[in-house]
Amino acid sequence: MSYRNLVSALHPFFALVGFAAATVQAEVKVGDTFPPLASVELVKLAGGDLPATAGNVVLVDFWASWCAPCKASFPMIAKLHQEYAPRGLVIAAVGIDEKASAAVAFVKKLAPPFPTLHDRTQQLVQKVAVPTMPTSYLIGRDGRVRFVHEGYHGDATEREIRHEIEKLLAEKS
Amino acid sequence: MTTRRLFFFALAAAGLATSGCTHPNLVRVKPWERATLTAYEMRPDRDPIHTTMMEHTFFSRETASGGRGVGGSGCGCN
Repeated sequence: MSYRNLVSALHPFFALVGFAAATVQAEVKVGDTFPPLASVELVKLAGGDLPATAGNVVLVDFWASWCAPCKASFPMIAKLHQEYAPRGLVIAAVGIDEKASAAVAFVKKLAPPFPTLHDRTQQLVQKVAVPTMPTSYLIGRDGRVRFVHEGYHGDATEREIRHEIEKLLAEKS
Repeated sequence: MTTRRLFFFALAAAGLATSGCTHPNLVRVKPWERATLTAYEMRPDRDPIHTTMMEHTFFSRETASGGRGVGGSGCGCN
């Protein structure tokens, strides 16, 4: 068999490998454009309507009812919301529970004051491909991810996020 | 179709069949898919009596104690 015939025979294999590579979820990293929240179906759970994100500094936090650090981070997010929302920070806490009832019960118990949504089909979390739970993304006014926080480490995380929010809010659009 | 062509066709088919084995979606549980793994029923230490019995069996068999919150240096002499 000639080399040409060999390539022809293996063509389907190469096509499949290429397809598999294309479908691997790419993690959203610093510098990437964050997928628009309006592009996926997000069910509102608490904290009122999500303000317009375009042109604003946005903190997107991914949480789950089964994730203990997520629960621990909610009081910190509430403080950030209270302090920075009047200055233009938009917070979107996105739950990724497969069971809607678990997400609803979690939110009912914690009663977060910031916009809390449910990504019930896990479309957004799959697009973003979070590396761990919880993960929060600080997005600049240009819609690009500027900082990523993996996990929640108490005061250390809060100090870092506050510093970064101040920096992003100070930037002009 | 010649035998050689059949061989390469079989090789390509085998490649197609096994290529999915390396797909990350098949071999990794994603962070957002861990709800079941975090359930109480999945904890190996959910039954304290069972845990105590297993630890007793372990250190009796190994003739050593300690290292799991029990006093002693692990020499088995206490």
